[in-house]
Amino acid sequence: MEKSIDLPPPRIGRFRHIVNLLRTAPRTAKFGMVIVGLYAFVAIFAPWLAPYGEAETVSRIPFDGWSSDHLLGTDRLGRDFLSRLIYGARNSISIALITTLISCTIGCMTGVFSALVGGIVDQVISRFVDAIMSVPDLIFILMVLSIFGSSIPNLIMIIALLTSTRFFRISRAAALNVGSLDFVEAARVRGEGLVWISVNEIFPNILPLILSELGMRFCFIFLSIAALSFLGVGIQPPAAEWGSMVRENAALINMGDITPLIPAAAIALLTISVNFIVDWLLNTASGLTDEN
Amino acid sequence: MTGKPNPLFSMILGRIGLGLVSILIVSLVIFSTVSLLPGSYAAAILGQNATPEAVAAFEERLGLDQPWFWRYLQWLGSAVRGEFGLSFSGRPVIDIIGPRLVNTVLLASITAVIAVPLAVTLGIICARYRGRPIDRLISTSSLAAISFPEFFIAYVLMMILAVQLQLLPSMAGIRDGMSFGEQLYRMILPVLTLLMVILAHMVRNTRAAILSVMSSAYVEMARLKGESEDRVIMYHALPNAIGPIASVVALNLAYLIAGVVVIEVVFVYPGVGQSMIDAVRNRDVPVIQACALIFATAYIGFNLIADVISIVSNPRLLHPR
Repeated sequence: MEKSIDLPPPRIGRFRHIVNLLRTAPRTAKFGMVIVGLYAFVAIFAPWLAPYGEAETVSRIPFDGWSSDHLLGTDRLGRDFLSRLIYGARNSISIALITTLISCTIGCMTGVFSALVGGIVDQVISRFVDAIMSVPDLIFILMVLSIFGSSIPNLIMIIALLTSTRFFRISRAAALNVGSLDFVEAARVRGEGLVWISVNEIFPNILPLILSELGMRFCFIFLSIAALSFLGVGIQPPAAEWGSMVRENAALINMGDITPLIPAAAIALLTISVNFIVDWLLNTASGLTDEN
Repeated sequence: MTGKPNPLFSMILGRIGLGLVSILIVSLVIFSTVSLLPGSYAAAILGQNATPEAVAAFEERLGLDQPWFWRYLQWLGSAVRGEFGLSFSGRPVIDIIGPRLVNTVLLASITAVIAVPLAVTLGIICARYRGRPIDRLISTSSLAAISFPEFFIAYVLMMILAVQLQLLPSMAGIRDGMSFGEQLYRMILPVLTLLMVILAHMVRNTRAAILSVMSSAYVEMARLKGESEDRVIMYHALPNAIGPIASVVALNLAYLIAGVVVIEVVFVYPGVGQSMIDAVRNRDVPVIQACALIFATAYIGFNLIADVISIVSNPRLLHPR
């Protein structure tokens, strides 16, 4: 048999492509990736990096100042601030990440399904999503949390369900566009099933859009969990969380101590970094080189 | 005029009708999420005192023993009259949130009145000098600002303006006895914070709205005619971008709602947001329902206004299809 023209194996091609893409990324996006990597490192290796335990009372002096024993001082219960900051990275990021992934899965699956099935099913699901989206997110979350109580699984489920409406909207719209193209029609005529079409024809084509939405939603979810914990209805103590750390130590601000601002700044730095990456992804995906 | 109804008028009426329907649906969502739950509130609220008699008495007092649809109608009726029934603490809900609603509306509207024109102006400047240093400065700093948690901005401002420079009071606890000037003075810090939160979103979206108009053929045409860039933006791009700008502005006023809740807590400002948080902690369901309905109605109202503005600014929408 005749050998076909030697195509490079697709894996290497794709790998090269990614490397090239990364090299041409603007400085803001590179900065973002470095910071995100750093956060991930801290979150994963928290128990080895933190000098003390997460909820361990290590000092008799509450609100102790910065010292060589406690680099960032202690909080109101005499726990080491730096250790809680490090453990907080782990709690905050992992919860936000899980929530984002769940909501993306739910939203994209129903979105693509709804677009492909069409008709009355699509109408019913879409109107339902419209109704949910016409209540501001934070208000809806507060309402539901007040009934079920704020435990971490509840928090994850509620925010995931609410955010999935955004993924539903975007994936449904994208799937409608792609679904009317010839190759999907061809697959239908070939007799492929709904699941096969979604996985093989639709998803690869709407992936870039969903990826950038994923980054954006991660930021929103991360910020809402921090805001909820700050308000005292999110992640409950003694678990370390950046939003609640700000709240617990806010009294220090009036004395001119910037320590309580550090967790807030940590939140800000991570979301900025993710936003920088998303901005770049959106620009490359849409072919716009807006920044240059 | 002729006897025919004005198409503009009927279209706006239609939108308002649609808005009312969505408020009705939202009220149903709010009521049913809270009401169609397993278990009884009464048992949860009364805790250890939940003897069967006490639970029955409690449910009867709040009307919880009636079928839920009947309760929904009663609740809706009282909401329309602006009463919202009794809270679990026994006080009428309206006594709890009524005076605070005035404060919140004041805070939000002062912010909106400053933010909207400022955001549109900054957005236009960005679009006009697209890619130049001033655009990059505003774009990057607004991207950074939307990434900040509201409480971070609030505390940084408090730290600088109230603690270090001692210019403003760090708490915004306004009371009835204060003069209006004193109240305004205490509101500067919350307003400033809210401004920064929503300005960033609005500027970004206004810029995007104008830029998407800038890529259309008539803008190219105007440039080819030799018009100055300022004229192209002000006379050709802007009138066509009013619709999209109105809708992004309305959408972003929704951040005001979320922002108000957090910022009222930071500055101890006596508003609806704070009573909602208190109600969530105490699980005072009627107060939560009322607050949620108020916030959702405001949100739908903003979107309605945006729809009406974009209809009025775009004659093409008068002849759909």
